[in-house]
Amino acid sequence: MAIEVRIPTILRSYTGGAKVVEGTGDTLGDLLADLDSRHAGLRGRLVTEAGALHRFVNVYVNDEDVRFLGALDAKLSDGDSVTILPAVAGGAFGFAAAAAIAQHGAATAIASHAGRRAAGVAR
Amino acid sequence: MARYDSLLDACGGTPLVGLPRLSPAVPDGAPPVRLWAKLEDRNPTGSIKDRAALFMVRAAEEAGRLRPGDTILEPTSGNTGISLAMVAKLRGYRLVCVMPENVSTERVQLLRMYGAEIIFSPAAGGSNQAVATAKQIAAEHPDWVMLYQYGNEANARAHYETTGPELLHDLPTITHFVAGLGTTGTLMGTGRYLREKVEGIQVVAAEPRYGELVYGLRNIDEGYVPELYDATVLSRRFSVGTRDAVLRTRQLVEVEGIFAGFSTGAILHAALAVAHEAVRDGRRADVAFVVADGGWKYLSTGAYGGTLADAEDALDGQLWA
Ligand SMILES: Cc1ncc(COP(=O)(O)O)c(C=O)c1O
Repeated sequence: MAIEVRIPTILRSYTGGAKVVEGTGDTLGDLLADLDSRHAGLRGRLVTEAGALHRFVNVYVNDEDVRFLGALDAKLSDGDSVTILPAVAGGAFGFAAAAAIAQHGAATAIASHAGRRAAGVAR
Repeated sequence: MARYDSLLDACGGTPLVGLPRLSPAVPDGAPPVRLWAKLEDRNPTGSIKDRAALFMVRAAEEAGRLRPGDTILEPTSGNTGISLAMVAKLRGYRLVCVMPENVSTERVQLLRMYGAEIIFSPAAGGSNQAVATAKQIAAEHPDWVMLYQYGNEANARAHYETTGPELLHDLPTITHFVAGLGTTGTLMGTGRYLREKVEGIQVVAAEPRYGELVYGLRNIDEGYVPELYDATVLSRRFSVGTRDAVLRTRQLVEVEGIFAGFSTGAILHAALAVAHEAVRDGRRADVAFVVADGGWKYLSTGAYGGTLADAEDALDGQLWA
């Protein structure tokens, strides 16, 4: 059994569009090296030249942030699930409510008008 | 019962309640593992954000940045906006909120009811876009005051001076503190306070994991980490998916009668994870977690009923917490 790795949309150009790829390794660092052998360039987007995880990249092993598990030295086992995500303010803004599905159409219409207005303001 | 001079004085001092039914069972003779919920929905506008809003406005007043009649501008899609709108109304300011268009209609209605004006930013740009839009608007209106909750030390200080001490007072045996990670104010402030006072305290973050739309950056370098965030305050950080958050939110009301928003479900999921680890390791644990707000504002999502799969679909691509 291997380790399943979820790839965010912005990095799928390195995986031929695949959302999920598989790899092996005893640590996250090993896993990324293994992935890079098949998906060249991927590792370079996640790890800085100094050899640390990129500030705006979050990697989770079984839903837990690897920065608290040893970062690139975090231990992995077969069957683990690794998720890579860009750091967004989504965590924060996200603490906004969901648009009601029923009202989504209407909300989108109003909002895109407002969006144009906001874009106008921003210009 | 207690009496207060005004609504603003009634902020904080929320109850901490035990969860005897949701706390995991331990084997005979093993040390107890208990869950405790800090009911932040019992604040003046119904969320933990009242604490931060009040502290940020007070700090700006004390620094002479805010004078009666001034306009406050803030990128916020939700609770902070509602809290600021209430504080602004009572202290005599105008509030303009910048928010992504994909928030619930309840939020928009509540904000307008409290007297806030709203500028929408496109959902496509996500939350980063709303922050960017707000910064641009601020540059065009130099006389408007942006409190900027993501980088405002008074946001974290509100929790250092109130949430933290309240928890320690009510639960001197606390071993774990679990809260949501948004601006990071709750975890930074409460976490720092508890670390100073409680040896070995575990400070645990739960962040919502959304659908792909929310992570739709063009480039990794467009990423964003709130200025307040200091990873050394945390012990662990969990990313909680929609399904787990919905499941726990429902479980909390079904089993313990606490009707909360979905961020609380994510927080409870992480709290249960650490509680079960303590049981497995035979360690005593008093796990206090935050109920950030009530479920009222999220009813229109439909995610409180139907199957879990339906609820997950209903919240997919949405900002649900
Ligand atoms: C419902 C809810 N949960 C959790 C949070 C996260 O709290 P904080 O911003 O202090 O990190 C917020 C605020 O952003 C919120 O509104």
